[in-house]
Amino acid sequence: MAALASTESLQLMLQVTGLSMHFPVYKGLMRRQIGEIKAVDDISFHIMRGETLGLVGESGCGKSTAGRALLKLYQPTSGRVELDGTDVTALEGEDLRRIRTDMQMIFQDPQACLNPRMTVGSIIAEPLDEHTRLSRRQKRQKARELLDAVGMNPDYENRYPHEFSGGQRQRIGIARALALEPKFIVCDEPIAALDVSIQAQVVNLLEDLQQQHQLTYLFISHDLSMVRHIADRIAVMYLGKLVELASREQLYQSPQHPYTKALLSAVPEPDPEKEAIRERIILQGDVPSPANPPSGCNFSTRCPIAQEQCMRETPAWRELEGGRYIACHMVQ
Amino acid sequence: MTVREPAGRQSSQQVVLEVNDLKTTFNTRDGQVHAVNNVSFSLSTGELLGVVGESGSGKSVTMMSLLKLLPSPPAEVVADSILYEGRDVLSMGDEELRELRGGGIGFIFQDPMTSLNPVFTVGYQLTEAIRQHLPISKKEARARAAELLAKVGIAQPVERLRDFPHQFSGGMRQRVMIAMSLACEPKVLIADEPTTALDVTIQAQILELVRDLRRDQGMGIIWITHDLGVVAGIADRVIVMYGGQIVEHAPVKELFNNPQHPYTKALLATMPSIDASRSERLYSIEGQPPSLSGAPTRCSFAPRCEYAFDRCLEENPPIVSMDNNHQAACWLRHPQYTAQGSQHPPEEISLRETF
Repeated sequence: MAALASTESLQLMLQVTGLSMHFPVYKGLMRRQIGEIKAVDDISFHIMRGETLGLVGESGCGKSTAGRALLKLYQPTSGRVELDGTDVTALEGEDLRRIRTDMQMIFQDPQACLNPRMTVGSIIAEPLDEHTRLSRRQKRQKARELLDAVGMNPDYENRYPHEFSGGQRQRIGIARALALEPKFIVCDEPIAALDVSIQAQVVNLLEDLQQQHQLTYLFISHDLSMVRHIADRIAVMYLGKLVELASREQLYQSPQHPYTKALLSAVPEPDPEKEAIRERIILQGDVPSPANPPSGCNFSTRCPIAQEQCMRETPAWRELEGGRYIACHMVQ
Repeated sequence: MTVREPAGRQSSQQVVLEVNDLKTTFNTRDGQVHAVNNVSFSLSTGELLGVVGESGSGKSVTMMSLLKLLPSPPAEVVADSILYEGRDVLSMGDEELRELRGGGIGFIFQDPMTSLNPVFTVGYQLTEAIRQHLPISKKEARARAAELLAKVGIAQPVERLRDFPHQFSGGMRQRVMIAMSLACEPKVLIADEPTTALDVTIQAQILELVRDLRRDQGMGIIWITHDLGVVAGIADRVIVMYGGQIVEHAPVKELFNNPQHPYTKALLATMPSIDASRSERLYSIEGQPPSLSGAPTRCSFAPRCEYAFDRCLEENPPIVSMDNNHQAACWLRHPQYTAQGSQHPPEEISLRETF
């Protein structure tokens, strides 16, 4: 966990203002644009240095797209992303390439994100080839150190990814993300593809590395219990928009947005006695298509407390007491 | 909210499925893989048996072996007996097996995206399944299909029969799969990770549906999952599998309140909770799941076990029964070590360094 007490950690690391990522939809012989998918629609938040912000939501809500747009892996439609004071969205070419050393990503599928034809050592050293002028020996030394840092035997450097299990491959992915000593890492569902007993190992590793290297994480996940463990603050996303952002204690003890409430009540608890007495909010229907979102509040079609106003007006993203944010007409 | 019955058996329950000493091996070029070892369990009508384990623990292979769904070779299924309503599945001919699959035992697969054929309408696929097992006309089968869709909570069922699978969302497709498996009112339903590919809010909908169906139809259900939370909510009894074997078997409350096998204990400890106090550091099980080559000669969990002692490395522990219908396969629970005046295993020896 981040030590928020020290003065340095109170600095702003990432400031996101009105970020949108819309994908055009083309159809017909002339490939005319007939609409757009608002994968991420006007989201704003900030992350402090050394902090972990959890980003949760169901599949298709745009959380991975948001993570990629932050790193400028996509060109955002509008909005501004400032990393440590630098406006990332405005950068291009060589300047953008330079700042990439500060921001890295850990991917969901450890099977797909490692090149099967490269040895583990060369996978980890590849960012160094691209961004540093280290000699071959120095790079090899660095790769061995990184393997050691993620809890693997440095002598594995000449092996290939298929020789490792899912958890070990995820460790290799983490070592590669650390190679350039970034300040900010987007963890895109890093434990979703792993077994329960391996998930805890990887989460503990991520927390240890955060302490050693003063890292700032955006932790994208759909596992609400794991996010509760790792994140300091949590943002909840629904259909391209943020609906609630609060500290861990606030969000889990007194969720305000009706979607957050439903989401938390849907998480099964490993305790039969609690399960038997639990009040569950069962949402009706499915998430609407982002190509054709409902008018007004995006959640209004499934919301148990929606009023006429919710169908008409989009709720504003506003700050409540205690540093929490919400977008809902019904919450005072 | 539905009110669940207590885990105790009702007098009307009878055993529909009984498996004794099932072993499944795969003959591969690199030698034999022992995917399932000495698995025995039974299922009664109206009961929900949860099967929990990590990937590769043999839970899916066990269920597929029951229905002889595994191609042979490479698979080789051996058992003392697999009895469905007293009839031995292993000695059944092809015709009888076809009757059993879908007719007597329904199966729901994990991935609703790939279990439906994308080029046929949902109505066609449902009626096909119904007419395979029941001697009724196409028209009657269609009516029955619409009825089934309505039962699993799909709006406008008659119209939706004309739709193709891609026009349904993931949760809806899983509902279609459930409808299909219910078509012939099977006595046993095997659900292989039916909600793993779904979001939590959709998972909650499906779990609610299964609770209702179970109450109305009185089927015996085997629910395979890796999520202990899901099992806690719906199961009567739980089997925990590790390395192709049953390591613990108990009624649901007993299992969660009083886990006996170190693996179950560790698994419960690694899961962060959504409302209990938050620990600074997650408990983690070190090491990797076992490889399944060769028949087990020692406890498969021993290399990762905090309590392992010398016996665990020399011999695979048999499953032993304890109080409260509780069974576990662990030397620490074996009568040799737990009985009064017996030899006691050395406390807490860490053998991890030796691996």
